[in-house]
Amino acid sequence: MSETATLKIWRGQDKATGKWESHAVPFERGQSVLDGLRWIRVNKDPSLAIRFSCINANACKECMMELDGETVYACTARLEPREMAVAPLSNKILVRDLVTEIAPPAERFAVKEK
Amino acid sequence: MAEPIDVKTDVLVIGSGAAGMYAAIEAARAGCSVLLIDRSLIGRGGATVMAQMTVAVALGAEAPDHWSHHLHDTLTAGRGLCNEPLSRLLCEEGPACIKEMDSWGVGWARKDGKITSAFAPGHDRPRCVYVDFLNTGPAVSKTLRIVVHKTKGITRKGDLCVIDLLKVDGEVAGAVAWHAESGAPVVISAKATIVATGGLTRLYRRNSASTNMGGDGYALCLRAGAPLIDMEFVQFFPIGHLAPRLIGMDPIMWDPFRYKLGGRLLNKDMADFTDRYGVPEDGKYVITRDLGTYAIIKEVEAGRGSQHGGAYLSFQHVPAEKLREAFGPVIDRLADNGIDLTKMPVEVAPIAHYHMGGVAADVKMQTEVPGLIVAGEAVGGANGANRLSGNAITEAFVFGREAGRTAAARAKTMQAVPGGNSAARASVELIRGDPPKEMPNSAEMLVRLQATMSDDVGPLRTADKLKRALATIGELDSELGDRPFGDGGAFDMQRLDWFDLRNMLTVARTVAQAASLRTESRGAHQREDFPGMLPQWRVNQQIRLDTKGLKIDQLPASPIEMAAQ
Repeated sequence: MSETATLKIWRGQDKATGKWESHAVPFERGQSVLDGLRWIRVNKDPSLAIRFSCINANACKECMMELDGETVYACTARLEPREMAVAPLSNKILVRDLVTEIAPPAERFAVKEK
Repeated sequence: MAEPIDVKTDVLVIGSGAAGMYAAIEAARAGCSVLLIDRSLIGRGGATVMAQMTVAVALGAEAPDHWSHHLHDTLTAGRGLCNEPLSRLLCEEGPACIKEMDSWGVGWARKDGKITSAFAPGHDRPRCVYVDFLNTGPAVSKTLRIVVHKTKGITRKGDLCVIDLLKVDGEVAGAVAWHAESGAPVVISAKATIVATGGLTRLYRRNSASTNMGGDGYALCLRAGAPLIDMEFVQFFPIGHLAPRLIGMDPIMWDPFRYKLGGRLLNKDMADFTDRYGVPEDGKYVITRDLGTYAIIKEVEAGRGSQHGGAYLSFQHVPAEKLREAFGPVIDRLADNGIDLTKMPVEVAPIAHYHMGGVAADVKMQTEVPGLIVAGEAVGGANGANRLSGNAITEAFVFGREAGRTAAARAKTMQAVPGGNSAARASVELIRGDPPKEMPNSAEMLVRLQATMSDDVGPLRTADKLKRALATIGELDSELGDRPFGDGGAFDMQRLDWFDLRNMLTVARTVAQAASLRTESRGAHQREDFPGMLPQWRVNQQIRLDTKGLKIDQLPASPIEMAAQ
């Protein structure tokens, strides 16, 4: 039987009401955690919010998140055939699911309440 | 429902790769207020940051060179289809931009105090500057980010995904963007708008650029009335990494290895094979991108491919200390991935890399539509049917700088920023529209589009394959419908996919239709049912969008004087 990785993902738009959600992902040696998250979007739930641009090169530095409590780039963190807990950065403002505000303040578009 | 947020600027620059950042710097230096936006973070996405090594320029620092030699090689590689004035601009102005980047501290590799150049296939002499190790793209991006930061008059804003250009009285007057982080519509009014959104490699399953390179600029310009040209010419990079799977490495990383160390491209019998396709290599890197791609695909079709369906690339004959000298820390990153190049080959296969086609523009980067200016890979024509190694970053600098000047000159002739609120209405309504009842999986639709483009509109094409691709694109179009998916809230990836698919399907159609019409093989466009290059096809196909759909005209290519020499 083929191996699976279980990604336990924090979902939500508000720290108070967010919840954990688990997905089994087919495991293949040489995959990254980002590959696993992208697999979930294509095969299970396209509403999962993740921020990434370069996919595999670790050039864009956008896919920062917490894996088992440690800050990682999802594209360089190896997927492993076990349960892995993935959460948004706890020291940044939450946007949705695994996406946080990581841009420098001057480069963020301010949306004023009207 | 959120009211659209209004923003005004002299010059709007869409896209923050090298072309967009250079354009922003140049327009601000001319005294304009500039708003530099990106759908992602500023100066981190796109293609520039992914560049591994070569930047072609006739600098003549180490050995004599002249831009006319660079132009000759560019036109030859372009297989008779280059827009010669654009190619000439790239080659002639390249040295000034490379020197300016040097003065900004990019750190071009030096030998004995002089900027050194590598030899790349298709060039008649060593002509490609670079930053070690495999660091050209990150160094270029970082340098330009710093200069953008220091240049007075540039405002930078990320997470703004442009949905449509704003058109007022037949002229482009800014853009309507969707703010991904909040879901809010943003109406940007501008005296001049520069589209620097890069290419379309995301249309393909295996590609070497960022996920935000889905050809959105081509679709935006087409909808705004500007024609596209040469859309059938998608460059595949022959030796994209295939296996074993690597983490944290750019798939085009083997190019620098070949530039510096040669390497051997081998089939499943560990035998050289490119000579079978007319290019004996003998351990040197001389095969151009179109021929390399063709040779690998044909070798795989003949049953002589590598285990995962590509070719082997071997550096086993290169001593460990030489590998270390050439690539230092990269050797350690390979070791972390279980790869020892002295003991094993890797597998490589063609991967979508660059788009020769794009928006039609003159040497001022002005499109047919007043107010709409383009820069970088978004511009079509400078590289004809096949791009020479190293011309992409040079083109980004030169065309970006020119676009910035043109935009500033236009902005200075205008008193007020044109108001575009009523023209923006339809796009604003789309952004905050309700989703349809049934929503297919948008991420899966993207995968399906990439599959048909890779399998049926890849490097080797036939009438049947192209017909099948167009049918699939039509099905995806119906599934997409005219109402955006998702809840429209913060960072709504389904809505982002929907807007991306809206552009990608249009652009995919331009590639497939132009490829169907071109019944010959030339450069990056290879028709298995029409294998020869035909003189009557020395034409550029120009595409417009009208109420009935895409309209394709065939225009004679510009006279090539130097290529014939």
